[in-house]
Amino acid sequence: MAGLIDVAHGLDVETLRKDFPLLAQEVNGHPITYLDSAASSQRPRQVLDAMREYDETTHANVHRGVYGIAEEATHRFEAARVAVGRFIGAPNPAREILFSKNATEGLNLVANTWGRTHLHPGDSILLTEMEHHANIVPWQMLAEERELSIRWIPIDDDGALILDDLERLVDGVKLVGITCMSNVLGTLNPVGDIARVAHAAGAVVVADGAQSVPHLPTDVSTLGCDFLAFSAHKMLGPTGIGVLWGRDELLTPLPPFLGGGEMILDVRKEGFTPNDLPWRFEAGTPPITEAIGLGAAVEYLQAIGMESIRAHEISLTTYAMNTLAERFGDDIRIFGPKDPTQRGGVLSFAYRDIHPHDVSQILDQYGVCVRAGHHCAKPLMRRLGVNATARASFALYNTESDVDTLANALAETGAFFG
Amino acid sequence: MAGLEDLYREIILDHYRSPRNRGELPSPPAQRVEGFNPLCGDEIVVTLEVTDGTVSDIKIGGTGCSISQSSASLMSAAVKGKPVTEVRDLIRTFKGMMSIHESTLPGKDSQDEDDIEATEAQLLDVDSLGELAALQGVVKFPVRIKCATLSWNTLAQGLDEAESKTESASA
Repeated sequence: MAGLIDVAHGLDVETLRKDFPLLAQEVNGHPITYLDSAASSQRPRQVLDAMREYDETTHANVHRGVYGIAEEATHRFEAARVAVGRFIGAPNPAREILFSKNATEGLNLVANTWGRTHLHPGDSILLTEMEHHANIVPWQMLAEERELSIRWIPIDDDGALILDDLERLVDGVKLVGITCMSNVLGTLNPVGDIARVAHAAGAVVVADGAQSVPHLPTDVSTLGCDFLAFSAHKMLGPTGIGVLWGRDELLTPLPPFLGGGEMILDVRKEGFTPNDLPWRFEAGTPPITEAIGLGAAVEYLQAIGMESIRAHEISLTTYAMNTLAERFGDDIRIFGPKDPTQRGGVLSFAYRDIHPHDVSQILDQYGVCVRAGHHCAKPLMRRLGVNATARASFALYNTESDVDTLANALAETGAFFG
Repeated sequence: MAGLEDLYREIILDHYRSPRNRGELPSPPAQRVEGFNPLCGDEIVVTLEVTDGTVSDIKIGGTGCSISQSSASLMSAAVKGKPVTEVRDLIRTFKGMMSIHESTLPGKDSQDEDDIEATEAQLLDVDSLGELAALQGVVKFPVRIKCATLSWNTLAQGLDEAESKTESASA
């Protein structure tokens, strides 16, 4: 019998699951088994309540009104910014945390501001084969416009970056884009090691933290990257808001991204004077309620502790890899690193020759929610030699019992397709 | 709630396990068209030969789920040897079977002109679909409709390209 309480890691999963209303639902007559947190995580009551309470008592536009609730709204919005900054160890959270729509927009912001300022025809960018489209396409768009070339760090068959040739690859490169954790393979990349080599070669490092920040302790003061983008909705927060952290000294000289209100100090017929950090990069009314929600999500994660969450997810990933291997043997192929400590709680797999769509469809009949598709990582899919994979991903609220349900439903899938 | 048996009918599983007209015709002379489902990464390759206004041969390549593969297989069997005009009618009827249900789903945008035309065709002639009617259950699983229509859209594109080639050759 799989335990609900992960006592070893101080995580009372049974109790904390009660914070997540959606997890109490049934799907197709079965209790929901939500294994798609890498796509979007569920929200605890604490987040939902914080957003509703703000909307019901305090909402007004920020940085504008001088009346009471407008001041309070501004105060709470900026407090959320500082809370998020502290959560990732930002040295100067009040200036370096830029709110965006999501991680994708954050990466586009870097391409459009830092990229347009510093990248010129003939320059090179270095990416990895395991990037999400969000850290590929903005660079391809800029490369097309600016006649840049893109190089790629390859991966080995276990889904780890091949770094033997890094010094040669990075030579002459102005920017390195790298995911902290692959959304397909779960691979945790040595961002710090890569950043050291990249910085020695004079390159700036842009990291995609969409998968890592929600699940691992993150400290940008030691991580090594220069920019880090992530999304609230993968870390128990709402959709519609993401974060870009950048080093103050890199952000300060950059031109604005989008133009409009909020991002200016002055506008005359002849031109405009951009605002200071961080508002220069936040044109228009920002997602205020969502920022409050993100602040509450960060508070929730910190109360539990990122170290405990990571330990729980390693334990769960270990259990899942062992269970699936024991029950399905060679019928299942799990992509990515074999050592659970070298990966996050993301398991992409191929089950026999059954298409991931079909796997996911049958699993749904048992209330099991997994992602099927290319996971917005088509270059990686091509490297793996597949069109799509099925992917189960874990968060702090998942249990060994969820893994057992997945395995049972997979067995039914196998039986169905004979 | 729609059951799995609505989606995975025996005919569908049969065509998935033993796809008909599998492969690729040499191109040229055959018309070769690729179709992609950007949602899931499925790819389909339709190669077809049009001789004297008839789809004289067709082969299906690529990879995909049971629904997209069986739909493509059923399609190839249904159109091979048929006049292009009949094939176009069949495409409209099939897409009508898929879109008439799609249009009644909440949150769906209004249909484009093609779909309106298809709906009319569907009202006229559902019975003409024969084995293809097995795919009707797919509409109860809206996410999978694109799987079922992928090969049909690709075939329509292939017919357009084959015809424009003929026109430019005869012009």
